[in-house]
Amino acid sequence: MPEPEATGTTRDTAGASSGGLSPKSIAVWVLVALIGAIGWGVLALSRGEEISAAWLLAAALGSYAIGYRFYSRFIADRVLRVDKTRATPAERLDNGVDFHPTDRRVLFGHHFAAVAGAGPLVGPVLASQMGYLPGTIWIVAGVIFAGAVQDMVTLFFSTRRNGRSLGQMARDEIGPVGGAAALVAVFVIMIILLAVLALVIVNALADSPWGVFSIGMTIPIALFMGFYLRVLRPGRITEVSLIGVALLLLAIIAGGWVADSSFAGVFTLDKQTLVIWMVAYGFLASVLPVWMLLAPRDYLSTFMKVGTIALLAVGVVIAMPVLKMPSVTDFASRGDGPVFSGSMFPFVFITIACGALSGFHALVSSGTTPKMIQKETQVRVIGYGAMLTESFVAVMAVIAACIIEPGLFFAVNSPAGVVGATVESASQAVTHFGFAISPEALAQAAKDVEETTLLSRTGGAPTFALGMSQIFSSVIGGAGMKAFWYHFAIMFEALFILTTVDAGTRVGRFMLQDTLGNVHKSFKDVSWKPGVWIASAVVVGGWGYFLWVGVEDPLGGINQLFPLFGIANQLLAAVALAVCTTLLVKSGRLKWAWVTGLPLAWDVAVTLTASYQKVFSENPKIGFFAQRDLYQDGIDAGKVIKPAKNLDQMHTVVTNATVDGVLSVLFALLIVVVLVDAARVCVKAVRAPQDVALTEVPWSESRIVAPAGLIATPEERRELAAAGLDSGGGKTKEPVA
Amino acid sequence: MSGVREALAKARYYVREFSGEAAYDRYVAHARSHDPDAEVLTRRAFERARTDAREADPREGFRCC
Repeated sequence: MPEPEATGTTRDTAGASSGGLSPKSIAVWVLVALIGAIGWGVLALSRGEEISAAWLLAAALGSYAIGYRFYSRFIADRVLRVDKTRATPAERLDNGVDFHPTDRRVLFGHHFAAVAGAGPLVGPVLASQMGYLPGTIWIVAGVIFAGAVQDMVTLFFSTRRNGRSLGQMARDEIGPVGGAAALVAVFVIMIILLAVLALVIVNALADSPWGVFSIGMTIPIALFMGFYLRVLRPGRITEVSLIGVALLLLAIIAGGWVADSSFAGVFTLDKQTLVIWMVAYGFLASVLPVWMLLAPRDYLSTFMKVGTIALLAVGVVIAMPVLKMPSVTDFASRGDGPVFSGSMFPFVFITIACGALSGFHALVSSGTTPKMIQKETQVRVIGYGAMLTESFVAVMAVIAACIIEPGLFFAVNSPAGVVGATVESASQAVTHFGFAISPEALAQAAKDVEETTLLSRTGGAPTFALGMSQIFSSVIGGAGMKAFWYHFAIMFEALFILTTVDAGTRVGRFMLQDTLGNVHKSFKDVSWKPGVWIASAVVVGGWGYFLWVGVEDPLGGINQLFPLFGIANQLLAAVALAVCTTLLVKSGRLKWAWVTGLPLAWDVAVTLTASYQKVFSENPKIGFFAQRDLYQDGIDAGKVIKPAKNLDQMHTVVTNATVDGVLSVLFALLIVVVLVDAARVCVKAVRAPQDVALTEVPWSESRIVAPAGLIATPEERRELAAAGLDSGGGKTKEPVA
Repeated sequence: MSGVREALAKARYYVREFSGEAAYDRYVAHARSHDPDAEVLTRRAFERARTDAREADPREGFRCC
């Protein structure tokens, strides 16, 4: 059943507002384009000299503005044909609780808070080993043509299906095989995601009494907030969040006192001990009631997230730091960088997922947000706009990573096997890479932020914290505040990573219970305690295993696991884009299928190339099986190969490489299954359009008047005034003409 | 003066909406819009039900990495 043309009124209004640009708006957009172009020009032409981060901001913001104004509008009006006369699920099924039409400006905030987390702060930092340019180009181009498109189109199709989830849409629209592959993909990805995020935190907190104390304090703070909201004053979220944030700041300050006191030893934990604590925490947090720990932590991390990101944007604009990293390093072409192995294509595109194209967003865009959207026309500002904002966060992460001394960057981000344990060995190793830094400078950098060492603090969080502390301390407090800002940044990342660990374990458990329920009925009952405990233990055991492996691996856990996480995230994006493309074809929009089809093709090329190299490359730095063979041969010959220090570590490498290699194969197979199944459905739909069954909810009339964008146009203002509504919009008694 | 008051009211509206504090008022308004004398849950019971719903299906309100 092909999509009926949108009704006449929509076409007219769309035409009236978009047709015929006024001279003033032409001038404005030419100016915006110029700003962006000059930004890119300076970035591209700078050779050797250090340039201001302002150019990076100009390039990104100029491109975002053009992408939003023109490309997202084209997608909304021509491709999706969003219909302002059509009632959304929020309007039709309004129950005042989970389905309710929400002010677009509020929903934008909700959606942004739900999609942006630690991801856009981690990937871009790691990718900076190739210089600031490759990462920035991918973040900006990727978001405009792929990431934001995916989020917006998924949001649109899910809105037309009462907020169905990505998995359900895959099953309904592609079929049981593709649907099942999508489900398995989500589960495996969740495990890898949680392991990598937990590893980031373990690396940041190891041997850091300040960090361990402040992060540890978040647990009693959250418990107090939970108790307050449950028993003392239910629902007073704002006041309890303010109290929580105040306590949190106190915990960061107190961390400094603890680190200087005789208690420091108690809070100085090594990586192995931290893993055990993390796993125990993950299990307990996920079986405790939501109100005790998860809900208050969520409020706290959202407040911190939005606040800190806003502060950072202001800080970058005021401080306007200078980028010290070269625009492109030799690692980009040689592919032998210490942070992650492999050349620019495909590995930059794998390493930066969140901020450019993140499959996980499809899970948020299909689910909660579609149940709250007032108007179909708002998918543009919420889906596309919020993703652009996340991309901007990723650009700030690039800036944070590239304003610190490159020598320090590589000393922090290289595995222990590369830089060794002393500042002397690290200085030597980094100088060997071509980025000179003295042992004294390395020691001073650690001293500035009151840490014993910064060497091999891989995972991105410490690097980001260093950059952020440099920016903030140049605006407020000077060098004396560096240690505070560093631990503030660590706290801010740790807070929402721990929240994700808890929430993600619950989602994984829920999926597992649902599947196990087919075998043993009691598992489906989410209040059946043994089922909850067993499923939680399996999920925690899964990510706990990879976390442990990541800490023990002599080759460096981030170096080994981050590519797997990137591939997994891009795999999920492939599933989402395949569902979107299939839906475009099935709904009679074949000629526009390239809008999601091209990003899908690119994403598949990147993901499959990366998987292929990870499986078949003969270079043991890249290929997991080549690595396995190298170390196995070493064991057989009784030789110890660096960076392993003994035969036990050699065995660890062999086991890890085998597991990682098998996972790479699994991911590649899952992608192929989803794609083949989607292609089959598309071909069928093109051959026999009359037989296509869409699961779309039929059109019904909307009585809501609300602007499409964040700021109402003059015409929308007239409509609102005529209906007697304020700028938030709302329901009218008369049908919308 | 009225400008300041208006700005404060607007800020309060956004904070309450964004944090979810307004959920109870919305629920009551929704219930009363159909029947002015409708029985509604107390705030305590409502907030409990709201958090416990996440227990039953953790996918609601899931946040990304």
